[in-house]
Amino acid sequence: MKPAMEQRLHARFRLSHPGFTLQVNLDLPGSGVSALFGASGSGKTSCLRVIAGLTRSDPNCDACIVVNGDVWQDDASGLFVPVHQRAIGYVFQDANLFTHLSVAQNLAFGMTRVAPSQRRIALDQVVTLLGIGDFMQRQSGTLSGGERQRVAIARALATSPRLLLLDEPLAALDAQRKAEILPYLEKLHSELDLPVLYVSHAADEVARLADQMVLLDAGRVSAVGATRELMTRLDLPLAHGDGAGALIHATISGHEAEYHLTLVAFPGGRLRVASQARPIGQSLRLRVLARDVSLTLAPQVDTSILNILPVRVVALSDDSPGQVMVALDAGGTPLLARITKKSVDALALVPGRAVYAQVKGVAIVG
Amino acid sequence: MSMAYGGAVALTLKLAGLTTLLLLLLGTPLAWWLARTRSWIKVPVGAMVALPLVLPPTVIGFYLLVALGPHGPLGQLTQSLGLGLLPFTFSGLVLGSVIYSMPFVLQPLQNAFEAIGEQPLEAAATLRASPLDTFFHVVLPLARPGYLSATVMGFAHTIGEFGVVLMIGGNIPDSTRVLSVQIYDHVEALEYTQAHWLSAGMLLFSFLALLALYTLNPSGRRQRGPQR
Repeated sequence: MKPAMEQRLHARFRLSHPGFTLQVNLDLPGSGVSALFGASGSGKTSCLRVIAGLTRSDPNCDACIVVNGDVWQDDASGLFVPVHQRAIGYVFQDANLFTHLSVAQNLAFGMTRVAPSQRRIALDQVVTLLGIGDFMQRQSGTLSGGERQRVAIARALATSPRLLLLDEPLAALDAQRKAEILPYLEKLHSELDLPVLYVSHAADEVARLADQMVLLDAGRVSAVGATRELMTRLDLPLAHGDGAGALIHATISGHEAEYHLTLVAFPGGRLRVASQARPIGQSLRLRVLARDVSLTLAPQVDTSILNILPVRVVALSDDSPGQVMVALDAGGTPLLARITKKSVDALALVPGRAVYAQVKGVAIVG
Repeated sequence: MSMAYGGAVALTLKLAGLTTLLLLLLGTPLAWWLARTRSWIKVPVGAMVALPLVLPPTVIGFYLLVALGPHGPLGQLTQSLGLGLLPFTFSGLVLGSVIYSMPFVLQPLQNAFEAIGEQPLEAAATLRASPLDTFFHVVLPLARPGYLSATVMGFAHTIGEFGVVLMIGGNIPDSTRVLSVQIYDHVEALEYTQAHWLSAGMLLFSFLALLALYTLNPSGRRQRGPQR
């Protein structure tokens, strides 16, 4: 066992293309899911490829890539471990299965190249986890996009990687296929103790899956932190626009069977959500979009809105014309509300003011 | 067909088989390099190996004859190595055929390698396969249609060659007298019946070869060798 101090994922390098330079210096926890988030062209995929060794960083840029104690690249000592000697699992955007092999052979390809003593994840476990048992004997060319991507994830996991790299595994899929795969990715998170780097440009995916986020903007890291915190930081573009919203980690505290509601508790209070078939005490992730939160100065009583939380205004920031994004603190849990500028003036909202947040919609994201 | 042609048929098949085998062995690394390199040398090298497509076979044969002859640089080399002189021998014929049929093997292989692209190679690397391992277990299986095309085209084309053979091989029974030369002899001697027998045989063989190629390899039409 390596000492706990070394359980970090460190990546420092520079990569120059004509008209684009990616320069990062990342130091992330060596466990859980870290999302590389940014617009297309921000350098997310390049970043993942350099960490995998598929793309070489600029010569003599003092690059250094260390994953939980394994040094994969270190320019100072001239070390560069070739891709095939790195204990990575890599899932490409378009699955990239071997078309000349069956599903089972695709899985075996990586697995058989790992020494038996290094195999920590059993094939059965992978097959069950991704639900691909029914098409093990099919040719990979006959699979649907969603099935292909599940096989690709299984194939990567079957090598018992020390780091799983996912390059927008859902980007090429329609909404239905995405919904088909997301539960498998969540299970991955909960069932395997494996650090994951997940490239995405979809905030809802990241909210569902990622523990921490790296925001990339035009080749630079603009922010690093817990997903929950970055989602509500008004100085970041992530906390603006129609899709902006807060992420709440809550636990199930009760059920109101006659109303088909489930109660969830978090440090800032309690919420009622649509009935969940889960036991009391189980944790879940909730997403509350800023556009679904309105503010009142006094708690409303004669209202159909069930979820009303006492909060404090933390900061205000202009959003789209006429709209203001308000950062709120609900007993330590950050929330966002998007309201009109007129309402801000009418309620005289300033940082520090105690108000009530009316939550119209809560999405369960995991 | 009378047994008199047995020698010519066996010689032709031996020449074509050996030439194809050598070309597949030589062509694989060369085609791989041509498909992958970004060096400027790629273009001149590609043009050079494609030369037999445009040159009259007699020109190739002539220069080979000069180079391999007693005063040519290659001839002096083979003599100093104790191999003797290659013109008018079976070995010389193989050498000429390898050069002449090169593009017909090289181009299907190069096309096949290029069609595979970078992605399967990257996937293999992330699955712990070394470059050599990847070549044998990913590239070769994926390039199978290209190899089929290359084999059929190289073999059939060598069987059909005439100009190079005549220039550097001459017309020695059981040594350099291949089918195409035999046909020429018959026509010269006005033995049209015999010429018909052999020509029809070659026609049938060529047709069957292409038929087999297109049947086994439906996508082969896009990967076949260059047209003359």
